[in-house]
Amino acid sequence: MAPYVPHTAQDVARMLADLGLVSTEDLFSCVPPALRLAGGLDLPQGLPEPDVAAEMARLASANRAATELVCFAGGGSYDHDVPAVTRALAGRSEFVTSYTPYQPEVAQGVLQVLFEYQTLVSRLAGLPVANASVYDGATALVEAVNMATAATGRRALWVSEGVNPRWREVLATLTAGQALAVVEVPLIDGITRWEGVAGGAEGQSHEGPPAAVVVASPNYLGCIDPLGAARAAATEAGALLIAAFDPVASGLLRSAGQQGADVAVAEGQPFGSRLAFGGPYLGMMAATQAHVRRLPGRLVGQTVDRSGRSAYVTTLRAREQDIRREKASSNICTNQTLVAVTAMVQLAWLGTTGLRELALRCARGARYLRQGMLALPGVKPLVGAPMVREFAVALPVAIDLVVERMADEGFLAGLPVEAGGQEGLLVAVTEKRTKAEMDAYLESLGKVLS
Amino acid sequence: MTAPGGRAVSAPLLGHGEEPTVFELSAPGRRAASFRTTGVPEWSAEELIPADELRSEPPALAEVSERDLVAHMTRLSHRQYSVDLGAYPLGSCTMKYNPKVCDEAAALEGFANVHPATPASHAQGWLELLWGLAHALCEVTGMGRATLQPPAGAAGELTGLLIMRAWHQAQGRSPGKVLIPDSAHGTNPASVSLAGYQTVSVESDERGLVSPDVLRKYLDGDVAGMMLTNPNTLGLFEERIVEVGRLVHDAGGLLYYDGANLNAIMGITKPAVMGFDIVHLNLHKTFAVPHGGGGPGAGPVAVTTELSEFLPGPLVARADDGTFYWEQPARSIGRTHGWHGNALALVRAWAYILSNGSEGLRQVSEAAVLNANWLLSRLRGTYAVPYGSPPMHETVVSTKDAPGTNGQLRALDVAKRLLEKGFHAPTVYFPLVVAEALMIEPTETESPETIAALADALLEIAREGAEVAALAPTTTPVGRVDEARAARRLVLTWDAARAEGPGVSAPA
Ligand SMILES: Cc1ncc(COP(=O)(O)O)c(C=O)c1O
Repeated sequence: MAPYVPHTAQDVARMLADLGLVSTEDLFSCVPPALRLAGGLDLPQGLPEPDVAAEMARLASANRAATELVCFAGGGSYDHDVPAVTRALAGRSEFVTSYTPYQPEVAQGVLQVLFEYQTLVSRLAGLPVANASVYDGATALVEAVNMATAATGRRALWVSEGVNPRWREVLATLTAGQALAVVEVPLIDGITRWEGVAGGAEGQSHEGPPAAVVVASPNYLGCIDPLGAARAAATEAGALLIAAFDPVASGLLRSAGQQGADVAVAEGQPFGSRLAFGGPYLGMMAATQAHVRRLPGRLVGQTVDRSGRSAYVTTLRAREQDIRREKASSNICTNQTLVAVTAMVQLAWLGTTGLRELALRCARGARYLRQGMLALPGVKPLVGAPMVREFAVALPVAIDLVVERMADEGFLAGLPVEAGGQEGLLVAVTEKRTKAEMDAYLESLGKVLS
Repeated sequence: MTAPGGRAVSAPLLGHGEEPTVFELSAPGRRAASFRTTGVPEWSAEELIPADELRSEPPALAEVSERDLVAHMTRLSHRQYSVDLGAYPLGSCTMKYNPKVCDEAAALEGFANVHPATPASHAQGWLELLWGLAHALCEVTGMGRATLQPPAGAAGELTGLLIMRAWHQAQGRSPGKVLIPDSAHGTNPASVSLAGYQTVSVESDERGLVSPDVLRKYLDGDVAGMMLTNPNTLGLFEERIVEVGRLVHDAGGLLYYDGANLNAIMGITKPAVMGFDIVHLNLHKTFAVPHGGGGPGAGPVAVTTELSEFLPGPLVARADDGTFYWEQPARSIGRTHGWHGNALALVRAWAYILSNGSEGLRQVSEAAVLNANWLLSRLRGTYAVPYGSPPMHETVVSTKDAPGTNGQLRALDVAKRLLEKGFHAPTVYFPLVVAEALMIEPTETESPETIAALADALLEIAREGAEVAALAPTTTPVGRVDEARAARRLVLTWDAARAEGPGVSAPA
């Protein structure tokens, strides 16, 4: 039998006999013979567990992990320390192997963690309500845009070019059926130039007024992009302000809500999730009270049970696809609950002062490395606006080549980026990077550039 | 049959007290965090960040010691049902056992600690795995090529429908509607709308199947395609699928396979053989990726060779020298995920496929179907079976006409009473076409002893009658939860709860 099927041959024989059947073939009599496969699947035979483990170890060892390739790449994916307690608690099988809390009486564990998670996200974003997760930062942005088009009935968007380019691509892909008119608003020296998008621009008249103004701060180039200007543009156009924020930097920076965002979205990976080749990550979403009924996916609310004890349950369920079907504003069902559980543990572990210290340590490292890089011959800032923990520099050598050569030196040097038609290297520093690692990076980069 | 492995009635769920929130457990200044020694200069925040961007104080989080955090989370975990605790017969959700070897594989540093932008030459193990998995999924479905980016089934649906749209557009067509059976899962119509199509619901016939005669009424030049799962959500095999496919194709549409139920047919038949063009798979169902309390999952999309140029990119390809590289499909619809999808879920699925192999996957489907049939044979006579044909991997019964209950036995109450008997409840009130539906999917990983005990518990509930069931559950960490109140007095955060003031705990 297959390795995780408990049935013995006798079990199968007895069960078939009970059903009045002769062989397992008979179970599939409803499948027309013309559709039945003659041979088996063209896949290898199953392996015993130790062989599976060995094959997985072989594949894993064919990758250069961040231990060997010291990570200075970010772009929405950050190499933070993950404490043992986060791994241990988020790895508990009660959280790992449960389903969506459809029976709240036996799902108070996941429900309460999600309620605490929603509270934490709401506080980070500075907005009163948050949902229980969507897939990742990119799809959180798409969901926020869908909220805005539903709220306003408009189909145009003004999107800052400071928003992660991969997120913008996902937005374009997933809204292809909705005929949205996206106006991309350029950055000048790292900061979005909202002037001129409204009024004068010829694009505007036929696009119509926007459903949302979308901005990221810190943006993809690492720059603090003042939300005030974006809020003013949104208010003038009668649009929602959607702000993508860095939840780590929110330990230091004013929150999106405080600066007038209607919906805030973030990539939650930095809170306890590994780099993991890009997933599973965590789409965080928070909004003003006015938009709570348009938030996608699950919302956990507090209530009571029959005897008046405090209890938690998924609520405003009538928004969701299983009830609203084709009228639902989102199709999300399976989400990223376990990653939200992980983030809740990590945020509780960090605590109020720990989050601030985390952000500060990242910013200090970024300042140190940036200064060192700018002291190398031919290295210049790509943009000048103030940054927190990620920054872009122009190099005198082709970026792809630098990344390849630095990998030979034992570093993932950063990501190629583009700003104002110029190529650059986007570098991220986390609290995990030591001065010694950065000094070694600078020495290698010096060699590579010379 | 006295010691069924999947029955959790002995679970030591301690007491009936409330667990305080982590915020109530907090004390000012307490913290667990510690940071590594780095030697980096200790500039102050004011030296690093412009003053007008700095917040005056950090956002308030919890303030707890590591010990208290561990106790809190561990107590919460004791208030949570899981597959590891016992049987979880939620229909459509496929709550099978999740092998531990897959967890260990996903935790390997060579997978978990790799940045997604690592150049392909330094991530050959990752690319080989993604390539191997995409190929295996194509073999199981009969399709030509697959993207692994979509992070769940619903995301796969939208991806697949956008591929459908791009294919029509490439031919200069823009049909406006997609057909789905009335028994379809809610994500199907929701995805159809997001893809810019109109949903047209096709009624099931008296056997619970799509009938070509009914279908004909809906087919015209405006049909972009049809979404189906097979077996369908009633657990029944759409016997006339080939004819259905031909009709849809003749009308110029494509046939979309919702792979949520692929676990019934691996190695038995393939979506491609049935005539499907686009398939999404739920790796968190069929391929044993754990559900994580509601996610993450993975929803790869596989398509025919003809459609493969529209897939989201980048995709992994293999060079003649055996190395792997990223390539962009010629007319890609674009990315559907920020990076490469829920990659660690993909690792687990690959380990599961390696464990089972060709034979094993077929045996998985056989045992799933055997268990569902055997369970139903025990329930017949007490629970009404709305459609007569033998089920595949799951079965839908109605509680409405259980003998001796005067039509009073409600599916919801049966579900709650079952909790008291040591089992998680089945899915209730889905599919919508069956009144008082219990949708039961035992999965292949439950033993016959567990299935028998589950059946006995369900039969006992019907015998006890509607009044007893309506009082349940009382042995669980909390009793029947007041959902209406949750929606009426919306309390989504601890801050909102505090603003509401005390009294949440007082009897309403
Ligand atoms: C039949 C069916 N289709 C689609 C889905 C959606 O999949 P997911 O929850 O992974 O988005 C599900 C799962 O809930 C399902 O059961």
